[in-house]
Amino acid sequence: MDLNRQRRAPVYEALERFRKQRVVPFDVPGHKRGRGNAELVSFLGDRCVGIDVNSMKPLDNLCHPVSVIKDAEELMADAFGAAHAFMMVNGTTSAVQAMVLSHVKMGEKIIMPRNVHKSAINALILCGAVPVYIDPKVDTNLGIPLGMEIADVEKAVKANPDAKAILINNPSYYGICSNLKAIVDLAHANGMKALVDEAHGTHLYFGPNLPLNAMAAGADMAAISMHKSGGSLTQSSILLCGPDANIGYISRIVNLTQTTSASYLLLGSLDISRRNLALNGASSFEKVTKMAQYAREEINDIGGYYAYGNELKNGGSIYDFDETKLVVNTRRIGLTGIEVYDLLRDEYDIQMEFGDLSNVMAYISIGDRLQDIERLAGALADIRRLYAKPEQTFFSAEYITPIVKATPQEAFYAEKESLPIDQTVGRISAESVMCYPPGIPILSPGEVITEEILDYIKTAMEKGCSMQGPESEDISELFVLK
Amino acid sequence: MAEMDYWFSDMHTSNVKISIRISKQLYSGTSEFQRIDVFDSPEFGKFLTSDGNIIFSEKDEFTYDEMIVHVPMAVHPKVQRVLVLGGGDGGVARELSHYDEIKVIDVVEPDSMFFDVCKQYFPDNAVGLEDDRVHIYYQDGLKYLRKCEDMYDLIINDATEPLGHEAGLFTKEFYGSCYKALHDDGIMVYQHGSPFYDEDEESCRAMHRKAYRVFPVNRVYQAHIPTCPAGYWLFGFASKKYHPLKDFNPDRWDERGIKTWYYTTHLHKGAFMLPKYVEDLLQEEEDMSR
Repeated sequence: MDLNRQRRAPVYEALERFRKQRVVPFDVPGHKRGRGNAELVSFLGDRCVGIDVNSMKPLDNLCHPVSVIKDAEELMADAFGAAHAFMMVNGTTSAVQAMVLSHVKMGEKIIMPRNVHKSAINALILCGAVPVYIDPKVDTNLGIPLGMEIADVEKAVKANPDAKAILINNPSYYGICSNLKAIVDLAHANGMKALVDEAHGTHLYFGPNLPLNAMAAGADMAAISMHKSGGSLTQSSILLCGPDANIGYISRIVNLTQTTSASYLLLGSLDISRRNLALNGASSFEKVTKMAQYAREEINDIGGYYAYGNELKNGGSIYDFDETKLVVNTRRIGLTGIEVYDLLRDEYDIQMEFGDLSNVMAYISIGDRLQDIERLAGALADIRRLYAKPEQTFFSAEYITPIVKATPQEAFYAEKESLPIDQTVGRISAESVMCYPPGIPILSPGEVITEEILDYIKTAMEKGCSMQGPESEDISELFVLK
Repeated sequence: MAEMDYWFSDMHTSNVKISIRISKQLYSGTSEFQRIDVFDSPEFGKFLTSDGNIIFSEKDEFTYDEMIVHVPMAVHPKVQRVLVLGGGDGGVARELSHYDEIKVIDVVEPDSMFFDVCKQYFPDNAVGLEDDRVHIYYQDGLKYLRKCEDMYDLIINDATEPLGHEAGLFTKEFYGSCYKALHDDGIMVYQHGSPFYDEDEESCRAMHRKAYRVFPVNRVYQAHIPTCPAGYWLFGFASKKYHPLKDFNPDRWDERGIKTWYYTTHLHKGAFMLPKYVEDLLQEEEDMSR
């Protein structure tokens, strides 16, 4: 990374120049720097609406960058150690979809973890490719999905030598990392591309002592949610490419679905955030890690809670752990993570990132302060004092390997009917059924419904797991292919 | 020589401000927590601001130091251990030092710069911190409290700003932690804000709501403090056992002969008689919590 060049922010600088020029707008957007919409200005402020402008010569065009956006993308690539970077304004969802669409076509196979984000499945609906799932291991004690074990990936690669790519979700929402380097090497040794959904991994490129990032591991592409740990505006994202990528083709794929009116608020925020990460990222994320570590110690000190960290590493399904993540297991105080999440919000004015049946997550970032950590720890201590119950045990079961009979695309467009669930054995599901914990689908559209699966659903529900996906909320019925 | 046209303004709301003519700025510094300034003025004497809000002035600080200390001390029959959170200017400790039966005064203030500035520019207050019974902890109040159980007879929350770096001292977990840290007959008093302006009303309501749910006895009392928003300030009296009027012992307090400028045992009773609109908004919060 060239630190001197990283001090520049071409898009931001162009917007500042543009602001001073006081150009008379006879182009869209119609609010004309806010003059036509006073309420919007009082809501967002002059500065904000003043740069909500359309592509024009001095500001370049995201669909085909030739000047300031091109320069900003080059700086972005340099900052992340990538050969090329696309600035994305349709969210990381569009970045994940661009990765998938760039490498698999109708009928081609892609290897992915069973708990892959729905943006990837939706990409398969768009292109008609076939998923080959890998069992992400589960920590039944914590109730969370883990990473892919290299032996499982090897098995899938051997069984599907014609697969075009492996999609890796790394790090997971919970901060769990697979052995990324080994999986990337395995993919390349078998002529497959390695694509990384790195939505939760922006900081891995900048912070010290954090797990390996996708570009450093030699991955072909990575989708990065800059708006998460990177600090840019919501919905802004980047797509990174390695040295072998066909940039022209990927650019056409991106433009299939990306807006032709890219927001300069988002682009400017990406540019500024990249500069900030390049110049200050190392010290910022060192601080974030320390803060999360301090929070872990204080929370574990309360008793009853388990805020997990590096001690989880097992060399396989938890190859590495992202220490900026603060996840607190609440089982031993007899409350579900969702209950603690609700109590924190309703009673203590603390908004957490999410709660599941066993865990509650606090998103720690460069915007946090130590006194807020004290509030969180204080609130958790108070919740334990006032609301703790006897510990409950949760349901856990073996992974069921899905039988994919129709591609996600075929299942999506097929004629469907709703049947009572016990009459669906042998039919192909049109719906997905997701079980929390651990947040791994039992069924996805296009898969055969078996006795084993129905037993799993029944037992899991009896044990208090939460089921999501089907239209019928009590899962008394399921939509199947006709 | 004509006075210079040099004024400090404290925004009481986005539409109302109080301006004080300044004769001299004495100090300005920024810590990890706040920006602190000290000014000298013809009308209010020296005063200290945090992030542009007046924290106290020489002219009116006696009011809240006396009201936050003597009211609970005239109710609780035997206070031995006291915890003071925030506002480490020493004024509260100074008032506490009049009571011989007190054995321990723990003062917890996260910002050591605040202590140092007060010590240098407000020695009359800071003298309270030199009492042998005072122990100072440079720590976050919530963190300090998490480890306290059944330790104190009286907790005084001297933090004034529910939106600033002391925001943690206005939360439900804070009131819960105080409850836990107090003995079975303990009392907690706290700055309750000013209910007059619309933008302050919600935080005033929220404080009462939170404390009301945690403590069995919960009353609010008032004082006139010119540098506070609308010149009108409330205090909260939250207690596990003692009622601020039913268990109030004026004769015992008067016998002590403590010299005051604001507090009297007559005023004690009157301070709990609130204007109708304040009574109403507190009542509304109590009704919602039932």
